[in-house]
Amino acid sequence: MFAYVIRRLLLVLPVAFGVSIICFLLVHIAPGDPLTAIMAVDATAEEQAAMRAAYGLDRPLPVQFLFWLGNLFQGDLGNSIATGRPVAGEVWRAVQNSLLLAVTASLIAFPIGLLLGFLAGYFRDSWLDKLVTSIAIAGVSVPNYWLGMVLVIIFAVKLAWLPAMGAGPAGSDGWTFDWLHIRHLILPAITLAVVPIGIVARTVRALVGDIFHMDFVMALYAKGMSNFDVLIHVIRNAAATALSVIGLQMGALLGGSILIETVFNWPGSGMLLSNAIFQRDLPLLQGTILVLAMFFVTANLVVDILQAAIDPRIKRS
Amino acid sequence: MFIRIARHLAFAGMLSLSAGIAQAQGTLRIGMTASDIPLTTGQPDQGGEGLRFIGYTVYDALINWDLSAVDHAAGLVPGLATEWSVDEADKTKWIFKIREGVKFHDGSTLKAQDIVWNFDKLLNDKAPQYDPRQSAQGKSRIPAVASYRAIDDQTLEIITKSPDATLPYQLAWIMVSSPANWEAQGKSWEAVAANPSGTGPWKMTAFVPREKAEMVPNTEYWDQPRVPKLDKLVLIPLAEPNARANALLSGQVDWIEAPAPDMVPMMQGQGFNITQNEYPHNWTWHLSRLEGSPWNDERIRKAANLAVDREGLSVLLGGLMVPAKGFMPPSSPWFGKPTFEVKYDPEAAAALLKEAGYGPDNRLKVKALISPSGSGQMLPLPMNEYIQQNLAAIGIDVEFMVVEWNQMINLWRAGAADPSVEGSQSINFTYSIQDPFVGFIRHVQCDLVSPNGTNWGHYCDQEMEGLFKDIRNTFDPEAQTAVMQKVHEKFVNEALFLMVAHDVAPRALSPKVKGYNQAQSWNQDFSPITIE
Repeated sequence: MFAYVIRRLLLVLPVAFGVSIICFLLVHIAPGDPLTAIMAVDATAEEQAAMRAAYGLDRPLPVQFLFWLGNLFQGDLGNSIATGRPVAGEVWRAVQNSLLLAVTASLIAFPIGLLLGFLAGYFRDSWLDKLVTSIAIAGVSVPNYWLGMVLVIIFAVKLAWLPAMGAGPAGSDGWTFDWLHIRHLILPAITLAVVPIGIVARTVRALVGDIFHMDFVMALYAKGMSNFDVLIHVIRNAAATALSVIGLQMGALLGGSILIETVFNWPGSGMLLSNAIFQRDLPLLQGTILVLAMFFVTANLVVDILQAAIDPRIKRS
Repeated sequence: MFIRIARHLAFAGMLSLSAGIAQAQGTLRIGMTASDIPLTTGQPDQGGEGLRFIGYTVYDALINWDLSAVDHAAGLVPGLATEWSVDEADKTKWIFKIREGVKFHDGSTLKAQDIVWNFDKLLNDKAPQYDPRQSAQGKSRIPAVASYRAIDDQTLEIITKSPDATLPYQLAWIMVSSPANWEAQGKSWEAVAANPSGTGPWKMTAFVPREKAEMVPNTEYWDQPRVPKLDKLVLIPLAEPNARANALLSGQVDWIEAPAPDMVPMMQGQGFNITQNEYPHNWTWHLSRLEGSPWNDERIRKAANLAVDREGLSVLLGGLMVPAKGFMPPSSPWFGKPTFEVKYDPEAAAALLKEAGYGPDNRLKVKALISPSGSGQMLPLPMNEYIQQNLAAIGIDVEFMVVEWNQMINLWRAGAADPSVEGSQSINFTYSIQDPFVGFIRHVQCDLVSPNGTNWGHYCDQEMEGLFKDIRNTFDPEAQTAVMQKVHEKFVNEALFLMVAHDVAPRALSPKVKGYNQAQSWNQDFSPITIE
């Protein structure tokens, strides 16, 4: 097991390097000029050239990349062109907010998704199965930003029960776990949880349904095993795949949702990414994409290790 | 598209709902369209919104805009300079008297040397306080300035590169930040950003990047009648229009900038006040005057101007526009008396186009650069599609080249001759026209073609050059206004642009907001406002 973990950890390095090259190249291929955001529209070519030199954007791309990589190894993601603030600080603040949202959404989505999926799979083809399947399909089909807007209309505008936007009455800097702040979290977290509920429920339903029809389950019943004990075996067999799906969903949630964070003006990594894209803020874009990509890589790594722990066949392969 | 449909669906049954209850008591919370708090160190970024909310609140210029009137375009008034004059013998030499007794928010006293320090901040890259970010915003605003010095504590001298009577307008762009505060913050502009100090009517007390800025009144403001009445002003970036509207409807903010036109009736139905007023904003197509461009033919330019149904366009925008009668809004003191009437007359347009050799049987094909969104662009896609239909009706077929706003700015700087515009013969780009340079000169002066400036269409006309020389050499304000009227008359009489609309800067305000009078300016005065 230890060798397996080490092997998987080492594999992260080339992935991270590949991600850094791809994200650097992608943001440079896109049309537009990062200096546009910080220069008056009437800036002359001379002023633009001076500014380009000041930000090192006049150097060849490979040189820019090496500088960026060198700074990255020292933990420096550079400064945002649009704001002048350190990228690491900007990303860290945003990631904390997205993390809060993602963990809350996960706490809602995964237990509900697992429970619904398991019930539907256990009572396959019953009315309960049909109900859960309908909920799951609705979950993955309804555009979540639309759902978010509708929830805002109902609960913030019409009923005035919950706030429509923001991460707290004093902004996300002053986050504390009190009702004044938690009420800001409810609508975006529910909205964000809807898709994972649907995906996890559908996956688990299919898994549980299939496993219950496998020969070994018949054999367990034939040996006189109780329903509960059979259930444990089914859950263990379904766990690896379910975990894989949950891991991917967790990665997606941690990455933040541009649309949901925009609808709720939630100052997370999705909104930061959106702003960076529109402002062509290359250092911020590179830094944010890299950090988010690392979330995915880490989530996958954790899932792989957990899968190996649950299912010895994976470890052996 | 989906967001639009969702909005319609979601709001359809809500006309009878009552507004959310704002919690503020003496606090005005404003939802801006910007996605971040504009640069707070002095010379703000984020265009007009930056100057409006950070520039003219925390800071002053030597010469300010008069924001007290709603019935005429804002003019210049003394700011940190009480008076100024140009030397009779040497028209490049200006003397400014600096207002006495003005205190920065940090307690230091304003002197002429501080103004010199601020010019160095923008123009002198050898100065320790030189700030590339502020320079990027301010340097191009003061092209006339050649040198400057403090004669004594209260007297400043500015030398211009050549006689230039537009200098006072240029100086109204330049915000004055505190040298003492920069020193106190360890000579770090990043630290100043969190603790800025100007001389303006508002002091910034809290700053959370991308989330909010809080200000309280500067009770020692030198212009006592303009000491704010509110307890606090909170600025919140809310770039997404629906999030902005929802924040207002749910009572989380008291004021939003630029409500979507299709939501205005619903907001009014719920008791929210929609304010609007003319201001120096222009929505036009700039036309290529390169060899081979069809827009070189004055008849075609006039035909296009007569083909656009501006009243119909106004209906499309829910009345939130002023139909263009020229390049300047009709109420502008620079409007003059042009002989060509900009109006909707498709028959006359078709006749002119026929005279130029085009019509239904020999259609003119043109290519136009447009953007799907952007600062000040209003609703560019539906508006341009409307114009496309109007022009098609008389025989002009428009092919659009649609580029994202950031790239549009680059193409605006690149000019019509640059390969990046891919042969486009016009560009729909909007901007401020509040002073002679940004309003007239930069668009058509011969030597301001790319890379020297933004004469996008490469227009060059000796009569116009002469008029610009007159503007710069006419130091008497009334006589200068007369010259500018002549310039505008030439703009309109020769139909140098496809003149379409002027924005009216709509704002949606909670009924609790009292005392706001929308000035005909990009900047606004928040001092008289109270919250009930």
